[in-house]
Amino acid sequence: MGTLKLLQGNEACAEGALYAGCTFFAGYPITPSTEVAEYLARRLPLIGGVILQMEDEIASVGAIIGASLAGKKAMTATSGPGFSLKQENIGFGMLCEVPIVIIDVMRGGPSTGVPTGPSQSDIMQCKWGTHGDHPVICLTPAYVQEIFSETVRAFNLAERYRTPVFVAFDEIVGHMRERIEIPDKGVLPVENRRRPTCSPSEYMPFDDTQGDVPPIADFFSGYRQHITGLNHAADGFPVNASPRIHTDELRLLRKVEGNRKDIIRYETVMLEDAEIVVFGYGVSGRSGKAAVELARAEGIKAGLFRPLTIWPFPEEEVEALASRVRGIIVPELSLGQIVLEVDRCAKGRCRVDGIFRVDGDPITPDQILEKIKEV
Amino acid sequence: MVFNYDRHIRHGKLPHIWCPGCTYGIVFKSLLRAVESMQIPKDHIALVSGIGCASRLPGYVDWNTLHTAHGRAIPFATGLKMARPDRKVLVVSGDGDATAIGGNHFIHACRRNIDITVIVLNNFIYGMTGGQHSPTTPVGHLATTMPFGNVDPTFNIPALAKGAGATWVGRGTAYHVPALDKLIIGAVEHKGLSVLEIINGCPTTHGRRNKFRSPTDMLLWMKETALPVSAFEKFPVEKTAGKFPIGVLYQGEGKEYSETYFAMVEHLQKKQEGRDG
Repeated sequence: MGTLKLLQGNEACAEGALYAGCTFFAGYPITPSTEVAEYLARRLPLIGGVILQMEDEIASVGAIIGASLAGKKAMTATSGPGFSLKQENIGFGMLCEVPIVIIDVMRGGPSTGVPTGPSQSDIMQCKWGTHGDHPVICLTPAYVQEIFSETVRAFNLAERYRTPVFVAFDEIVGHMRERIEIPDKGVLPVENRRRPTCSPSEYMPFDDTQGDVPPIADFFSGYRQHITGLNHAADGFPVNASPRIHTDELRLLRKVEGNRKDIIRYETVMLEDAEIVVFGYGVSGRSGKAAVELARAEGIKAGLFRPLTIWPFPEEEVEALASRVRGIIVPELSLGQIVLEVDRCAKGRCRVDGIFRVDGDPITPDQILEKIKEV
Repeated sequence: MVFNYDRHIRHGKLPHIWCPGCTYGIVFKSLLRAVESMQIPKDHIALVSGIGCASRLPGYVDWNTLHTAHGRAIPFATGLKMARPDRKVLVVSGDGDATAIGGNHFIHACRRNIDITVIVLNNFIYGMTGGQHSPTTPVGHLATTMPFGNVDPTFNIPALAKGAGATWVGRGTAYHVPALDKLIIGAVEHKGLSVLEIINGCPTTHGRRNKFRSPTDMLLWMKETALPVSAFEKFPVEKTAGKFPIGVLYQGEGKEYSETYFAMVEHLQKKQEGRDG
């Protein structure tokens, strides 16, 4: 039996980071994610960890990349406008394959938008926010307990695949208080990055001959290396106009796309005989679940598909659903972002309808039920 | 005695990218001599850079090296330093990298007084992108984005660093080489944030557009214009007009950031042990 607590989503996120072995946090105050930093500010110094409030969002990502390269498990947390600012160094982390975790507690936008209101409109920013092609892993928990466990999983995936990982949830679950159980140490798996076993003179930071995820050496550990944000060869040094750039960027994508089964997680509710499926993540997934229950009570064969991993997108699962149901309904707190992915994967095999809302309130189960009846 | 640079140079990574007549090679060698003389083990030192001509320097040096994004070297270096406060962390930057796009990071690192050495290679121009004016391009000078003469006022980098809280501030030039070795040693040995501005010449994108007919003219300008700080401070104002001081310009007291942070950690942990025990 673990420890029972009544926590806010943001606090559960901080607890998840600590459980996963995070000892380094750098951030910048921004609503509605600030509680993550505040919670860690009270806890990290007590375990010898580092909490830094940097001068801006850009610096926060720079600092956690530096810390990760020195061997620490490191995280930052932000919201909408801050997430936009972080994109530059996130791209660096992706190209240089640095394990870091970025929490995005989504709020309305664009610009300052609705700082205290919920949103799910950063989901395409997670995918395409930084320039260039790049691998993306993004987890989308919907419950306080899940924010804890998915934050632990985010660290594990970052370490396993040597890449930045996002955890994106909306302001509602970020600020909602729910009972959670923090498992005892050892109950949830906690992974550490693979470090080199070769001699320092043989070490190459991006040597992919032993697999798509090269071992990563800590700075100051005797494995002197060069890390650059320029496209680079296996030895870490820049290359220009080389076929290596193409094959290496494909490898970066393959680290994620080639391991979809390992990365993709979702919850399903009464999908077996469902004719109409609600595809919802985060708080919209919670409303979706309630709507499905209401519909079933009225004898309508409805089901729920709630992704916990939104990137990589559960393409095969959506395609399979689309070929056997009448319609997929996508509620989201945006003007229609993830519905485009659902539509792409459904390939016209079934009807796809969106329910969109950006006025600062969640989509209600009744709104979804109404759409279910319409379909 | 002839200095052997091989120990610190990465084999197969030269020649460097710098143009003929660029003075960065002089600084590069000075840095290697300085670090060798301090006998810092190569595994114990990191060199971090942003973007621009100066940022390519770490790639040639056989230490722990990190070439980051434009202006962002200092945050990455801060992460490295706070993760491993027992190691030496140096930043090599340029005038645009450190004081324009990275200006916010620069002043806040100074304010924290974290034990990092920031070496700013000031060549008065954006060299890599072809000669656009930077925050240190002299007023009136021609730049590709100031074709009628620069009207942007300039930063005085040492004054900026001192004002922001750096506890060691110096300036050297690519001409005054023996003094430069000593300045780098002083900056690296200082506990706290040290800023060393090194005056450099970019003949390709700055000098030839601004009446320096050859790279040598730029070095001669440094020779004639720089005054040791002791002399600069003694001379009457009319004698120092148009000149600049070199040497250790400021050395102050101040708590070093990582030491203060980890002292807090130790204190909190002891307090907690006391409670638990």
